[in-house]
Amino acid sequence: MNPAMSFLDSIFVNLKLWTLNLIGHFLPGWAVILASIVISGVVILCLGPVIMMYLTLLERKVVGRMQNRYGPNRVGPWGLLQPIADGIKMFTKEDIVPTNADKVIHLLAPIVIVVPALMVFLVVPFGRDMTAADLSIGVLYFIAVSSVTTLPIFMGSWASRNKYSMIGGMRTAAQMISYEVPMTLAVVPVIMMSQSLSTASIVNAQEGLRWFVFTPWGLAGFVIFFICTVAECNRPPFDLPEAESELVAGFHTEYSGMKFALFYMAEYMNAFTLSAIAVTLFLGGWQGPFLPSWVWFFTKTFALIFAMIWFRATFPRFRVDQLMGIAWKLLLPLTLVNMLVAGLWYFIPGITGWVGAAVILAVSFLGLTALNKPVIPEKRVYLLEN
Amino acid sequence: MTRPQIAKEKNPVFGTGILQGMWVTMKNFIDSYFKKADQGGIFTIQYPEELCRISENSRNFPFLVYDAAPDSPRCTACGICERECPTKCIHVEMAKDTAGKPLRKPAVFEIDYGLCMNCGMCEDVCPFDSIFMDRVYEIAGRDRTKDMLIGKDALLKPNAYFQKIRPKDAADIDARRKAAEAKKAAAARPATPPDAGGTAS
Ligand code: SF4
Ligand code: SF4
Repeated sequence: MNPAMSFLDSIFVNLKLWTLNLIGHFLPGWAVILASIVISGVVILCLGPVIMMYLTLLERKVVGRMQNRYGPNRVGPWGLLQPIADGIKMFTKEDIVPTNADKVIHLLAPIVIVVPALMVFLVVPFGRDMTAADLSIGVLYFIAVSSVTTLPIFMGSWASRNKYSMIGGMRTAAQMISYEVPMTLAVVPVIMMSQSLSTASIVNAQEGLRWFVFTPWGLAGFVIFFICTVAECNRPPFDLPEAESELVAGFHTEYSGMKFALFYMAEYMNAFTLSAIAVTLFLGGWQGPFLPSWVWFFTKTFALIFAMIWFRATFPRFRVDQLMGIAWKLLLPLTLVNMLVAGLWYFIPGITGWVGAAVILAVSFLGLTALNKPVIPEKRVYLLEN
Repeated sequence: MTRPQIAKEKNPVFGTGILQGMWVTMKNFIDSYFKKADQGGIFTIQYPEELCRISENSRNFPFLVYDAAPDSPRCTACGICERECPTKCIHVEMAKDTAGKPLRKPAVFEIDYGLCMNCGMCEDVCPFDSIFMDRVYEIAGRDRTKDMLIGKDALLKPNAYFQKIRPKDAADIDARRKAAEAKKAAAARPATPPDAGGTAS
């Protein structure tokens, strides 16, 4: 790696170090440690909302293009100021609380929902040495924290005292808890292979181009994990909790103004962090040739987010039974098979293990889908004689 | 009677249909950058900058046609359109000279665009080919009673404008008017000498 590249590669790390050195001249040691925490924290706290704002723009633009329209293009060049205009609008809107709502919880839910979304940012390795907190149990932390999201959504729906919110909240609980299971199990092979729960060392285990997605179990795990992440952040086609056509707006029916915006913020930040974690676990994180590590990381993450948006533009919403069926009858057995396959792949080196693993996965996929085939009754045609 | 059987979709592997669907949206996405509107690209018209192409048959609000000058319109203030208008949004008053003799042209001609329902009845009933449907649409106003009440000066537009917006109809009507005029002139000429003689004697 040439010097210019390594300079670019570690530009953010060095920036932080310079700042800390500068502070170290004037302040005692403990203040420097505090400043180090505050700097990382502030960067993340700014990054989250900014990413959210521009994800909304990206989504509207891409979905627009896929539906043969332009998307927002009036506020600023290419509509770049649109998120700011939206933000101002959200802040100035009236905040309506239903009379019978549980006021405290109604207020608390949108605040609480942002917390886990922001907390996951902590363990995301944005680039070489760019993990805010390199926890030794990073993956476990991510799984634990991201599953808390169910709770505030349910709080909001319960506190609203509205049947649409209630149904939305119930669906959220069912959906998120179901998809937690295959999601967690899909991560297991990665942990087996990298023999670590720390996100940074998982990325290190994918040195060079040995990204996990290039192995049979990695590919299967990635697809399952990605499907589950889409379901986790309630994005189409898994947007049953906020199904507009059936539930008005689902769990956030009774929210307006900035509270509503906070729900949206959490959703988009979740979309980002979940994509980022998928990149970390399966797509080699910031590993990649030629470009600085953080460029690689953001490129891959935005590719996954693009895929999420692409799903949204393509697929109609699932039915509740289909949703549950996919999680429990297809994804869950596949993840179990995948764990077995990962073990085989590890102990049978070379092409044999590779082909064997691929064959087992393909056969189990075909078998499971064949078993899951719904019974479609014969179409009855009533002929009107004369 | 037999109905055509619904063809069964054959997808050998679960998921191929999903991929096909995704390809459709992806193709749309790519086409939106590289293709023209009529080939599958974006056909949005960026309104204030570019305007929609309006078909010749499009019509909404009525206007009045004049031939030579705005103070000699085709309208004779006969009031037929005023009576026939289903929403009663036309108001005509005949002009009178100083002696109080009717002048067969309108002194006041107002149409309330806020009330007009664009039916085109006035155009159909006018016996003097005076009132026709226009295609203006940027006529938003701040006050319903003031800005939507269009007076005679704003309603009167030259025949050239009519020929421009509806060339076919305008040509037909011009031809008919010319024929009628020629016929009138022909009918008038032989009658002139005896009539002239009559007045002389
Ligand atoms: S278009 Fe119909 S409603 Fe409008 S002025 Fe003519 S007759 Fe009246
Ligand atoms: S527009 Fe036609 S129908 Fe109406 S008053 Fe004038 S001449 Fe009569």
